[in-house]
Amino acid sequence: MNKFIFDSGEGTVKQIVVDGVSHTYRPPRGREVLALEDVSLEIAPREFVALLGPSGCGKSTLLYLIGGFLPVEKGAIRIEGQPVAAPGPDRGIVFQHFALFPWKTVRANVRYGLEKMGLAREEQERRAQAQIEMVGLKGFEESYPSQLSGGMKQRAALARTLAVDPRMLLMDEPFGALDAQTRGLMQSELLAIWQRRPTTVLFVTHDVQEAVLLAQRVVVMSARPGRIKATVETRLDRSDPHIYRSPAFAEKVDEIWNLVRDEAIKSQ
Amino acid sequence: MKYLPILLCALLWEAIVQFGLVSRDLLPSLSDVLSATWKLAREGDLWTNGAASLYRGGAGLALAIIVGAVLGILMAWWRAVDAFVGPLVEALYPMPKSALIPVTVLWLGFGDGSKILLIFLGCMLPVTLAAYNGARSCEQALVWSARSLGASRLRVLWDVVLPSALPELVNGVRTALALTFVLLVSSELIVARAGLGYLIGFLGEGGVYDAMFAVVLVVAFLGFFADRLYQRATRRVLAWRE
Repeated sequence: MNKFIFDSGEGTVKQIVVDGVSHTYRPPRGREVLALEDVSLEIAPREFVALLGPSGCGKSTLLYLIGGFLPVEKGAIRIEGQPVAAPGPDRGIVFQHFALFPWKTVRANVRYGLEKMGLAREEQERRAQAQIEMVGLKGFEESYPSQLSGGMKQRAALARTLAVDPRMLLMDEPFGALDAQTRGLMQSELLAIWQRRPTTVLFVTHDVQEAVLLAQRVVVMSARPGRIKATVETRLDRSDPHIYRSPAFAEKVDEIWNLVRDEAIKSQ
Repeated sequence: MKYLPILLCALLWEAIVQFGLVSRDLLPSLSDVLSATWKLAREGDLWTNGAASLYRGGAGLALAIIVGAVLGILMAWWRAVDAFVGPLVEALYPMPKSALIPVTVLWLGFGDGSKILLIFLGCMLPVTLAAYNGARSCEQALVWSARSLGASRLRVLWDVVLPSALPELVNGVRTALALTFVLLVSSELIVARAGLGYLIGFLGEGGVYDAMFAVVLVVAFLGFFADRLYQRATRRVLAWRE
């Protein structure tokens, strides 16, 4: 089982394995909350998976556990066969509120991970510049995050994460803080990036359309405590720019919305 | 002209003395005070005593900033440090630090050491609290981002927690800067053989009131100037905040 054969994603080797994970959230004050209960999930290399559920269902918690930011207390999480111990540059993370270092310019933000890799200065500059241009921020290299719009901030954050060439992307409602137009643009750009360079993506969202549009597989979670309620393969042609208007898209959205609705009501 | 009120006060001062509204024994005229300042500067007393004060204040404040910032950040970061040091900081914070003047003299004598220690002890707590509050306000997502980009746990303190704490820290240091002058002058007034505070006391006892007022004026100006300079420097450091 420990062979690392990276096939087209159909094979048996899984990149992320979540096995019977439960997680209890313990706030400094107040009572404990069971956030996740017995969650199991497998993700193949280069697969784009959306984790969908009502707010407070623990979907972000699951992402943080995979990222190594929270300790796994019950169950196990393995990345390419290894149990998760700590965060690492193999798992790039993108947050809803961008989490750019506000005291660093766009260039310095993007270069941060490259510095930590111990690359030569020129190599850092070259890769940072290439990444900044890829996300369309050329000309804003010396801007501070506070000078950028929400969409530009998320582009910069994406560039910072992609610069270190992670083997998988963990995205925590990355477009949730953007206005509708910007969100649409960012969704198609993320798809374009993913199609150019397929990476494993685990994408947390509570937006059904977004999940269907982006992911190959949508994992629907129940209201708290979070459990996996259903998994739906989308099987849509993502290269179609008018996918929104296709009946297949509407059907999938409908199918998933029916699964989510009860949970959303419960979480009110 | 923002400083017009100060200029008006200066004119008023000169006028009430010149018109004999107050006795010159209680308040020498501003012009006498200025000429006494000039005399003190020319004869060198101002410089030697000023240098002694500057050294004490600078050393005490620098120590307070370094130790206070490190302590505050460690308190915010490790619960064990907080549990141990937190109550001490809380208990000592409201204590009037000038009460320590005799203690520091007992320990370190009349020279520089006792003043530096006093300023260090007095200024450390505001810096510690500011660093603590600043570090506590550090966003979790920033720390996680740095960790996932390859920064070690310890490295994150320097790369993320310290800059996050900076806006608060800068305010704490400003408080400490003002406190430095208070503690410096009062400790020098009470027991010292040099320094601007000593000079004020010495001239006052000798009845040379225009010169005494001159040193008071110099101290006031130094405090004002240091604060302005500090404000200007921090605005540059925090330029990213916009």
